[in-house]
Amino acid sequence: MRIPTPLRRPFDGAGRAVAFLAVGVLVQTGALFVLAVPWLDGGPTKASSCLLAVAVMVAVLGAACPVLSRMQRARFRAWFGVEIPGAGQPWSWRQLGYHLAAGPLIALGGALTLLLWAAAGVAATVYVWVWALPPETRVANFGYTTQAAYATAAGLAGLYGAAWLSRALARIDTRAGAARLGPSRADLLEQRVEEVTESRAGVVDAADAERRRIERDLHDGAQQRLVSMAVNLGLAKATLKDLPEEARQVIDEAHREAKEAIAELSNLVRGLHPAVLEDRGLDAALSGIAERTPLPVGLTVELADRPAPTVEAVAYFVVSEALANVVKHARASRADVRVERRGGILHVVVTDDGVGGADPTGGSGLAGLAKRVASVDGTFSISSPVGGPTVVTVELPCAP
Amino acid sequence: MRAVIAEDSVLLRIGLVKVLEAAGFDVVAETGDAEAVLAAVEEHRPGLVVLDVRMPPGFTDEGVRAALVIRKQWPDTAVLLLSQYVEERYAADLLSGDTRGVGYLLKERVADVEEFIDALRRVAGGGTALDPQVVSQLLLRRHSDPLDRLTPRERDVLELMASGRSNAGIAEGLVVSESAVAKHINSILAKLDLPKADADHRRVLAVLRFLGVG
Repeated sequence: MRIPTPLRRPFDGAGRAVAFLAVGVLVQTGALFVLAVPWLDGGPTKASSCLLAVAVMVAVLGAACPVLSRMQRARFRAWFGVEIPGAGQPWSWRQLGYHLAAGPLIALGGALTLLLWAAAGVAATVYVWVWALPPETRVANFGYTTQAAYATAAGLAGLYGAAWLSRALARIDTRAGAARLGPSRADLLEQRVEEVTESRAGVVDAADAERRRIERDLHDGAQQRLVSMAVNLGLAKATLKDLPEEARQVIDEAHREAKEAIAELSNLVRGLHPAVLEDRGLDAALSGIAERTPLPVGLTVELADRPAPTVEAVAYFVVSEALANVVKHARASRADVRVERRGGILHVVVTDDGVGGADPTGGSGLAGLAKRVASVDGTFSISSPVGGPTVVTVELPCAP
Repeated sequence: MRAVIAEDSVLLRIGLVKVLEAAGFDVVAETGDAEAVLAAVEEHRPGLVVLDVRMPPGFTDEGVRAALVIRKQWPDTAVLLLSQYVEERYAADLLSGDTRGVGYLLKERVADVEEFIDALRRVAGGGTALDPQVVSQLLLRRHSDPLDRLTPRERDVLELMASGRSNAGIAEGLVVSESAVAKHINSILAKLDLPKADADHRRVLAVLRFLGVG
């Protein structure tokens, strides 16, 4: 016999919901029983001692909260496969709230539903009972044709309702459990921020590593080849003295261009990630920048040991870009660079005695610098009143 | 003169061999790492060793350490270090002892073949060859000392002197007459309060003071 779908639907998974609710009722009853302990043997009668007893029992429940929550989470997982993350939150008011309010209410509903199942079950099968019971126990004035038919119909409707209720309650319980027993929104956000911070650090590190790899590849490949070519051309220039003038000019030109290409490639590579930074650290790398800057640069680097490679790279590019800006815009006669570590912070300060008025929002590269600093959770500030001096201050967190 | 080359990049090594041979050196051994170069020097006793700073196995400063060993064990062997970038400490290490027959150049200078050959000959002949970038980077570190009393022109002269040029070489570099160079040098020596002794020795002292190692 085929049962029509609308009739059948409430019964799909109703068995599971019932088992789920039954276990829930057991667990909740256990929990509520704890609250009732002081009254098992008469109990206190004065309002104040009642309050005290309740408070003590709530505290006991609070202490049992992690165990209760674990049991409830296991229940959600076992019947509905709902994973409620519980790691890192052994105790919270929200969980206690579930055990004391939402849980008992749902358990009460569950208990009533179970009763309804039982009653409806009995009513629906009334004919069986009538048939099975000995004749003398039969109710005297019960119409065994009409009334029993009504009872059967009511029982079937009751079963239908019970199935529907079971599923609804199970759904409500799952929702309440997920909301109360799992991490709160704040917890989730916190966790998310942690994940995002970590993954961003990973991305920044990966970008940095990629720059280093490109630097290494260019250095080992194209750069060596260019040097080799320039050497050959230079040798030709130095040894082939008896060539015609035009040929010598061509060689000369090619040699010069090869050397320019080497210089350009060196600049490019330096802009990616200078090898000196990787090998020898900030002091050596920054003295290289200071040397290439076409104005006097005072350089002080005070570092007991080397910061993380990514922090070093950011510090390097801060100084590099800041000095490039000084040269381009500041009309300064000198600049000073100071790098030191105080506590867990790497301080980078670039000062110049130029005209000031630097605008960090303009296309001066300062905006890019600020972004790069922010990528490692650093702070970037610039003070540049018209008339100068300009002070760029960057603070980068680096674990000591 | 016999020469030994230690450079791990094959392309550059081939180039170096060609340049050294063009400069009249007899390249008796070429290696790619620092240990092999010490063995080669032991075996061939060359007059000149050209070393890359960064070599296997560690790719850090193997070349510098090998150079220091060579300077100590075979003081008559001239050493020219090639580096991808300037590291003052290497230069300071190298120059802290005897400064004769020492050179420290950036790798890309090899491409300036004629000047590089000049530097090779100078170092092999017991002189010094310092990369202009090394010199100016060392200069960066010196604050408020007698060097500040020098005029910019005198500084230029001293820089060229430090990189190992003769008076004639300095005059050519700055496009001035040799007598003008001599005048500048006298003024430098006076300003640096160097004792009157033979001119060459004072030159070396001036350069050392300039480099902050004297």
